[in-house]
Amino acid sequence: MSIIMVLRVALKALGRNKMRTSLTMLGMIIGVAAVITMVALGRGAQEEIEQQIQAAGTNMIMIRAGSFRRGGVSLGMGQSPRLKAEDVDAIREQVPEAQYLAAGVRTRDQVVAGGQNWNTNIQGTDVEFPEIRFWGIEYGGFFTPVHVQSAAKVAVLGSVVRDNLFGERADPTGARIRIRNQPFQVLGVMEAKGSGQFGEDQDDAIFVPYTTVNKKLRGRDGTNISEITISAANADQINEVADAIAAVLRVEHELLPGEDNDFMVRTQEDMTSMRTQTTQTMTGLLASIAGVSLIVGGIGIMNIMLVSVTERTREIGLRMAVGAKGRDVLLQFLVEAMVLSLVGGLVGVGLGFGLSEGLTQFLAWPTSIPPDAVLVAVGFAATTGIFFGFYPARKAAQLDPIESLRFE
Amino acid sequence: MPVIAVEALTKTYVMGDIEVHALRGVSLAIDAGEFVAVTGPSGSGKSTFMHILGCLDRPTVGRYELDGHDVSRLSRDELAEVRNRKIGFVFQGFNLLARTTALDNVELPLLYGGARLGGSRRRQRAEEVLRAVGLSDRMDHLPNQLSGGQQQRVAIARALVNEPAILLADEPTGNLDSRTSVEVMEIFQRLNRENGITVLLITHESDIAQYGDRVIRFHDGVVASDEANRARRSASREVGTVPAPAAVAG
Repeated sequence: MSIIMVLRVALKALGRNKMRTSLTMLGMIIGVAAVITMVALGRGAQEEIEQQIQAAGTNMIMIRAGSFRRGGVSLGMGQSPRLKAEDVDAIREQVPEAQYLAAGVRTRDQVVAGGQNWNTNIQGTDVEFPEIRFWGIEYGGFFTPVHVQSAAKVAVLGSVVRDNLFGERADPTGARIRIRNQPFQVLGVMEAKGSGQFGEDQDDAIFVPYTTVNKKLRGRDGTNISEITISAANADQINEVADAIAAVLRVEHELLPGEDNDFMVRTQEDMTSMRTQTTQTMTGLLASIAGVSLIVGGIGIMNIMLVSVTERTREIGLRMAVGAKGRDVLLQFLVEAMVLSLVGGLVGVGLGFGLSEGLTQFLAWPTSIPPDAVLVAVGFAATTGIFFGFYPARKAAQLDPIESLRFE
Repeated sequence: MPVIAVEALTKTYVMGDIEVHALRGVSLAIDAGEFVAVTGPSGSGKSTFMHILGCLDRPTVGRYELDGHDVSRLSRDELAEVRNRKIGFVFQGFNLLARTTALDNVELPLLYGGARLGGSRRRQRAEEVLRAVGLSDRMDHLPNQLSGGQQQRVAIARALVNEPAILLADEPTGNLDSRTSVEVMEIFQRLNRENGITVLLITHESDIAQYGDRVIRFHDGVVASDEANRARRSASREVGTVPAPAAVAG
C-alpha cells in the first residue's frame, strides 16, 4: 500500500470521529501554542533589552583619562591631565569609523533659577552628544560649535532638573539660571531618558559646552578634558575601532612601547552580552516549562490512540481479513497519530501567534516570534506523534485477525 | 481441478496444559463453481476449518492447496495477500466500517491490493459490484442508513470486489430475519449460478445449509458426512413467499 493511500485511509478514519480527533488535537494545540507564546515573550524581552542598549548606544566607546603617577604618587582614575581636546581632533582625523565624538568634563554644583535651586550633575560636552546617545531634544535646541568655541554660558537641561526648577512639562527655553553665581541661558530641555545602565538617573543633569565648564566653572586650561565619548559608525566593528583609537592616543600622548596607557577605553560589549545571556536563560526556562505541556499533549495522543485501537479492534480485524498486512495497519495508526500531532501543531502555531499578538496588544508585553522556534515546535510535535503513536500502532498491527473479528 | 484441496488437516490449540484438538484430520476437495454448505454443532470444528480455508489461520499439520498453490506454510503477510486476492469474506455481523459510505466500504479491499487499480477504476469496480447485489441506489448511504439485509449485501459486494476464487460466508444469516435470509441466499445462489463463483457457506442452521448443492457436516473435528444435497432449496422461488418480518414478529 502506497504512502498516499495510507494517508487517505488515515484521514478518512480521523474524519469519521471528528469530535475525538479535535479533542485529541487540543492537547497538542495547547502545548505548541504555549511553547510559541513563551518563546515569543522571551524573545520580545530580549529584543527590548537590546533596544534599550541600542538607545544607550551600543556602538558607544568611552575614553577616560587614566591614572596618573608623578614622583611616586599615584592619582586615581580620571586624574591624568593628559587627555586633551586635541586628542578628539586626532581621533576624528585618523579613525574614520569613529562617527561622532564629544569631549567631556563633569562637575557637580548647585543650579539656581528664581527661587528654586537644585544640586545636579553638570556635564560639559560637545555638540555631537545627542547623536552619540540617541537622545532627542524636547524643547529648544542643543548648543552649537560657536557656543563651544566661545565657552558660552549656555545650558541644556535634563528633564528632572527642569521639573525641579521650572515645574513639570514647562518650557524654560530662553530662561536664565545661575551656576556659581554666573548667569546661564537655557537653550532647551532634553527628552526624558530614564535610568541608565547603572541605575543612575540620566535626566538629573544639565549639559553645557565642555569649554565653559573648564573656563567658567573650574577655571582650568580649556583643553584639558576627563573623557571622550565616541560612537562608532557600526556596532559590529566596535572592538577594532576601540583598538584604533587607543593606537592613535598612544601616539598623541607619545607613550613608549611597554609603557601603560594613560587613558582607558571601554566599550559596551560586556554589558550587552551579560544582559542578553540573562534573558536567554529566562527564555529557555519558560520554553522548557511549556515543553512539558507538549509532552503531556503527546501522551494524550498515545492515550487516545490506545483507546482507539481497542475500540476499533473489529475494524482492524476486518482490514486484515480483506488483505491489510501488519505493516499497513501499523502505518495507518502511525500516520493517524502523526496527522493529529502535526495538524494540532500547526493550529497551535497559529494560536501561539494570536496569543503573542494579544499579549502585545492588551498587556503591552513585547513579543517576537523567531521563525526557527516555529520550525522546532512543529518538528517536535511531529516527533511526539511518531514516538507516542508507535506503541498503539504496533499493538494494532500485532492483533490476531480471528480474535479481532470476534471482538465485541 | 479443485479450487480447494485439503489433506489430513489437523489443528491443535494448546491452552495451558490442555491440548484441544479442533480438527483431527480433514481431507476433502471442492471444485470451482460448487456451492458448499458446511454445517455442524458448535465445537464441531467448522469454524476452525473455515478460518484455515480463509487463510486467517494455519493448520498444525496437513496440507491446504488453494487455487493450485500450497498456502499451509505461508507467513502472516503472505496470507494477507492471499486473502486479498483469492478470498471474499462475508461475516455474521457484516463488519462494515461505521460512518463510511457503502461505496467506500466496498472499495476497501482494493486499497490493500497493491494499487493495481487507479482511483477512478477502483470506484468503477466498486459501483459495478454494488449494482450486482442490487444496491445501485444506495451507494452513498452510510451503514446506519441501511437495513440489515442491505448491509449484508454491501458486505457481499465488498467480498466480490477483488474477483476472489472463493466466497467464504460465515453464518451470513445469523443476524437476519428469515425473509432477509432468503434474499441473501438468493444472491449467493445467483452469483454461483450465473457467475460461477465458488461459495462456501458455514452455518449451524440446517435449513440454511439446504441452499447448498453439497452439504458437509462436521462432528468432533472430523467430517461426519459429505454428500450432494438432493433436496436443494431455491431461494429465488421462495422470495416473496416468506411473510414480512413484521408479520412474523406479530
